[in-house]
Amino acid sequence: MSATFTLAQTQQELIDEFALFSDWQDRYEHLIELGRDLPLIAPEHKTDDNLVRGCQSRVWLYAAPQNGHIHFTADSDAMITKGIVALLVRVFNNRTPQEIIGASTDFIDTIGLRAHLSPNRANGLSAMIDQMKRYALAFSADANKE
Amino acid sequence: MKPEVLKPVFDVQEIRAQFPILKELVHGKPLVYFDNAATSQKPRRVIKAESAYYATINANVHRGVHTLSTKATEAQEAARETIRRHINARHAHEVIFTSGTTASLNLAAFSLGQLLLKKGDEVLISGMEHHANIVPWQMVCERHGAQLKVIPITDSGEWDLAQVPFSDKTRVLAVSHVSNTLGTINPVKELIAEAKKRGIITVLDGAQAIAHLDVDVQDLGCDLYAFSGHKAYGPTGTGVLYGREELLERMPPWQGGGEMIDTVTFEKTTYAKLPFKFEAGTPHIAGIIGLGEAIRWMEDYDKPAMAKHEHELLEHASNQLLDIDGLRIIGSAKEKVGVISFVIEGVHHYDLGTLLDQQGIAVRTGHHCTQPLMERFGVSGTTRASFACFNTMEEVDAMVGATRKAVNMLR
Repeated sequence: MSATFTLAQTQQELIDEFALFSDWQDRYEHLIELGRDLPLIAPEHKTDDNLVRGCQSRVWLYAAPQNGHIHFTADSDAMITKGIVALLVRVFNNRTPQEIIGASTDFIDTIGLRAHLSPNRANGLSAMIDQMKRYALAFSADANKE
Repeated sequence: MKPEVLKPVFDVQEIRAQFPILKELVHGKPLVYFDNAATSQKPRRVIKAESAYYATINANVHRGVHTLSTKATEAQEAARETIRRHINARHAHEVIFTSGTTASLNLAAFSLGQLLLKKGDEVLISGMEHHANIVPWQMVCERHGAQLKVIPITDSGEWDLAQVPFSDKTRVLAVSHVSNTLGTINPVKELIAEAKKRGIITVLDGAQAIAHLDVDVQDLGCDLYAFSGHKAYGPTGTGVLYGREELLERMPPWQGGGEMIDTVTFEKTTYAKLPFKFEAGTPHIAGIIGLGEAIRWMEDYDKPAMAKHEHELLEHASNQLLDIDGLRIIGSAKEKVGVISFVIEGVHHYDLGTLLDQQGIAVRTGHHCTQPLMERFGVSGTTRASFACFNTMEEVDAMVGATRKAVNMLR
């Protein structure tokens, strides 16, 4: 579904989705649900090399180029973290490196998620975003070489 | 012997009324603070004592001839005497002020290392130590070519006393009085007695003991005893290293600077007498005054009664939590302070901590600075609730209910 949406539209879609929930429990239940839909990282890529540094629970993130777009897969041993990474994957998946590099991540604040994250977890969130943007940079450099 | 004073009957509501922070709301819900092993909350008397110093007598200690400096010095040294009495040290100059247990243990490790560690010597710690009582010893062992030996931990979270690796090369025994992760009260007195027979210097990490146990350093028989102020209702940034006079006299200073010198020339510096030899730089005067007040506060409100109350909270919490399907308590020693560490099958501790926080409940999650202990129990981390005198049975029930709710959301 989100593949037909632009990156900005997918962000807006998430903002609208989370706006439906007035209390913390619904919001977190939704986040946990999102985690269940995360495109899971293949077992062979679930290695220490693909761990995102700076997260207190373990988060694995893998990216592969596909026809000029980046395909992300991920996993985490904590459900809420898995939900957070699933949010990011939904926004950034199957985008071009340029789209990802240039993307604003304001939607995180609009959803009201950051306010509910401890500094440790907010750092982990930034680490995930950084890692996705680093992949995008690396793939765009590779593409330029060709 | 401490003087007999008539104590008021322990009344948790009266105690709670003295902690301003307990009126705070978290995510719109009343704060339930169960992270006292990390740092305890502060009663109004401590907050007042610290701010009164800044408001009325702020001056540097020990150097000035002016009135404020004299008053500040007197207030700081009165706190030293309060602490001496509380831990039953022989002399006030056996009480060294530091920034916390970590600084106390670093002082102990680096100074003792220089005094007595040689190549091939051994330092003995236990498998339940906080990183602050592991890493400094590792550092000095590396520096002096010594080796770190470790007392193994049983399944119940106690020292395996049948397997204490004492040897004729053991020079230092450095162990915790109470485990920060498990709550285990260790049989330190017996181990110290055994170490003394072998001529081993003994160091206790009392960070988790000072707010809950009657600490008598002469009765324990230890050479050094480290603790923090902030885990005992006192200000952050304060700590103590108690040391037996004869040993402190022999130990070299750890940090150099002002306050710790007698005379300085470019050729040679001679050091000040105890305790100032170990107190380089301006101390945390306001905090120390606050710490003295915290100790008096605990004495006034009856520390043994607080401990009894905390034990009741522990029993109640253990019973209630064990009813939750798949929940396992890590650490089932007979003697425990009010610390309960647990894991729940299929539930990650970070998820649980986050969902408890949403319900106003503050617990600790993770490895609690005891990674080797986590490895011993084969877990990546735990959820830890740690109680203080101001906590209530209703709060325990709230935590248990909130945990059930979180587990339902996560499974």
